[in-house]
Amino acid sequence: MIQWLAEPGLTHFLIVSAILFSLGLMAILSKRNVIMVLMGVELILNSANINMIAFSRFTDLGLDGQMIGLFVIIIAAAEAAVALAIVLNIYNRFRSINLDEISLLKG
Amino acid sequence: MELTTILFYFFSIATIGAAAVMVFSKNIVHSAFALMFSLIGVASLYVLLYADFIAATQLLVYVGGILILILFGVMLTTQGRSFDYKTITVNLVPASILSLGVAALLIFVFVKTDWMISEVAEPDQTIYDLGMLLMGDYVLPFIIAGVLLLIAIIGAILMATRLSSQSIKNENIE
Repeated sequence: MIQWLAEPGLTHFLIVSAILFSLGLMAILSKRNVIMVLMGVELILNSANINMIAFSRFTDLGLDGQMIGLFVIIIAAAEAAVALAIVLNIYNRFRSINLDEISLLKG
Repeated sequence: MELTTILFYFFSIATIGAAAVMVFSKNIVHSAFALMFSLIGVASLYVLLYADFIAATQLLVYVGGILILILFGVMLTTQGRSFDYKTITVNLVPASILSLGVAALLIFVFVKTDWMISEVAEPDQTIYDLGMLLMGDYVLPFIIAGVLLLIAIIGAILMATRLSSQSIKNENIE
């Protein structure tokens, strides 16, 4: 056990990413502020990215894993910009960003 | 104990601790700053995984870009006083049970699986190889990502400008 703890390998990084994923899930499920939910999504994307890059370091995947991680970061940037524009529109219309109050499909 | 091991535990505890502060903090600005430390910790984990270019990109894009966007979103969408950046927490018990269950399941699977680990040689730098891959095998996804970013920028600007003209119209009517 001590030996296993003293040499960080693939499993250690995967466990860190699993804990980050569950924290992001917790933020998405329990918060009612749209921006907190967005931050939870960012945490989940980061945990997925840690997985990709850990596999590229420790297995035969090679640099393809880092490439996928790079594209995840690009998509996350686009997602954050569009999502915050949508949040600003929602705030302009409903005067609130509480998810429980935004319940109309037709504004 | 090797230096790498100590650094790994330091950065993973910093990352997870900052993420926990982000989730359980009541003040949304505190959450945003905790998210910043968490993202920096993830970038250091990338350095430990020999991914220097990804780590630099993570710092530039996440800490320099997305976090600033989130802080702007917080400031633009808060009514009332500035010390009132509160966030409401609901469903605490079911959410905790579900996320603890997911974490336990994932960790169980990760520990029990027999991964095919192969020893990869330590690269000096990855930027050259990543650039060759981007201009070679990955040129189509690269171009599509560029077009996607362009569309995202145009869409975000369109929504934001429609927002300002709408509020001006409403003020004129009132």
